[in-house]
Amino acid sequence: MNDLTALLPTGIQIGYLIAASLFILGLKKLGSPATARNGNVLSASGMLLAVVVTLLDQQILNYQWILMGVAIGSVIGVIIAKTVAMTAMPQMVGFLNGLGGAASALVAMGEFWRLVHGEATVPLDATITVILGIFIGGATLTGSLVAVGKLQGVISGKPVTFPLQQPVNIALIIGFIVSSGFLIASPSSQIPLFVMIGTATVFGILFVLPIGGGDMPVVISLLNSLSGLAASAAGFVVMNNMLIIAGALVGASGLILTEIMCKGMNRSLVSVLFGAFGGGESGAPGASGSDAADKVVRSIGSEEAAMMLRYARSVVIVPGYGMAVAQAQQAIQELVVLLEQGGVDVRYAIHPVAGRMPGHMNVLLAEANVPYTQLYDMDEINPQFEQTDVALVVGANDVVNPGARHDAGSPIYGMPILEVDKAKNTIVIKRSLGTGFSGIQNELFFKDNTTMLFGSAKEMLGELVSEVKQL
Amino acid sequence: METTLIASLFVFVLAAFVGFEVINKVPPTLHTPLMSGANAISGITVIGAVLIAGAGGSSTVTTILGFIAVILATVNVVGGFLVTDRMLQMFKK
Repeated sequence: MNDLTALLPTGIQIGYLIAASLFILGLKKLGSPATARNGNVLSASGMLLAVVVTLLDQQILNYQWILMGVAIGSVIGVIIAKTVAMTAMPQMVGFLNGLGGAASALVAMGEFWRLVHGEATVPLDATITVILGIFIGGATLTGSLVAVGKLQGVISGKPVTFPLQQPVNIALIIGFIVSSGFLIASPSSQIPLFVMIGTATVFGILFVLPIGGGDMPVVISLLNSLSGLAASAAGFVVMNNMLIIAGALVGASGLILTEIMCKGMNRSLVSVLFGAFGGGESGAPGASGSDAADKVVRSIGSEEAAMMLRYARSVVIVPGYGMAVAQAQQAIQELVVLLEQGGVDVRYAIHPVAGRMPGHMNVLLAEANVPYTQLYDMDEINPQFEQTDVALVVGANDVVNPGARHDAGSPIYGMPILEVDKAKNTIVIKRSLGTGFSGIQNELFFKDNTTMLFGSAKEMLGELVSEVKQL
Repeated sequence: METTLIASLFVFVLAAFVGFEVINKVPPTLHTPLMSGANAISGITVIGAVLIAGAGGSSTVTTILGFIAVILATVNVVGGFLVTDRMLQMFKK
């Protein structure tokens, strides 16, 4: 019996080692749609293993709180995972990020409290990791909640700024550092701890508020990375390699996705995070929009558009978030199936920032039963537009604006776009000639080989479906 | 204490490199499930929460903080893995 208890700590560590391996294998399997679901199951079993071996830890003396917490958390988790709409996925990820950050901060605080009231002196390195845990975790929580509010439309999507915002942010950080110093000097006093919690959470809010709604995908990715770092910080607090490894993996993944989103929007991370301060929005949108009046727009009806699509050899569909908002995914897939039955080669072109987070559009189309083999990334599809008979743009705007290639004065200049203007014909389904979220006029609409099909995405696709059926 | 901290730093940095290598190869199609899956993994902090919530004999404050942390982290883990699975089951050839 004694031998067994002596072996227990080693057993727990080996359990963690296996769990960490399962996480890495699981993430690796997420690299292909064919194995991704298995990969997720592997990661989940790694998590289960990690939790189970932790329960064997002899430091744990009472289980009632743990079991109750796990039960409550599981019920809430199951409910939200089953009910959330796929269009709300960015909010969901943001919300869960926030919870993860909050949990990490609470772990740091709880452990600190235990140390202060247990040992004679709290080691310096323990205090420092606690400080890091509180800052990263607290800021992740409130930053995520603001991001969720902006995505949901509860908080204005416009950059919210007020005078002296930057000095206030700096003051908050200084306040945090000073109170950290006090905490290190006298760990048992509680005021510095509360000041630290307050400044970290307020900082999270003020940091995300000035960032525009269009940049939220970048912020969500970055917060994802931060929630990983928060877990790592909590790992340093309780000196647990499992937390450190898993947190580092997530931190790395969040950073990569942040970089991808920035590239897709041709923005630097710095300009996303601090753009509202620098007054970088110099381009006057009215200037390029005013000359719209003397340009010619060709508009067609659904009957003619249906004929173009039906008798084309190849069609590329460019869906944007507008399509998802209109809930037109099913209608679009119905049209695609009809065209394919008629022998038309149909593909989808997906811009890296289509949707509200990286890869969001792929999920929305998957939900409408579009096979992932039909979805093409920007780099794959762009060289193929020249051989495409018809490009059909539904609910996308800025990501197909050719102005991004040559108009140096345009705010989206340099942003990689889907080159639908190179297709032989382009049909754009849109309510009006209104501008996208960047507020600039799209010169695609005035090209000779572009025709506009005015109307809401869902209605027009419905009409196209019935017209194609009659052909 | 010093040496364990340094050893942990080694673990942290090496794990971050592994993360970069593994995740760089994920195609854009899967970026949303990747993010929510990774997000679920960051719920690993549930282990820290469990250790704290169950550390009997210590102060009530620690237990309460740990209890709340267990709830939040469990929502993160369970919600994250389930919603990722929900997405991935929709990806068909």
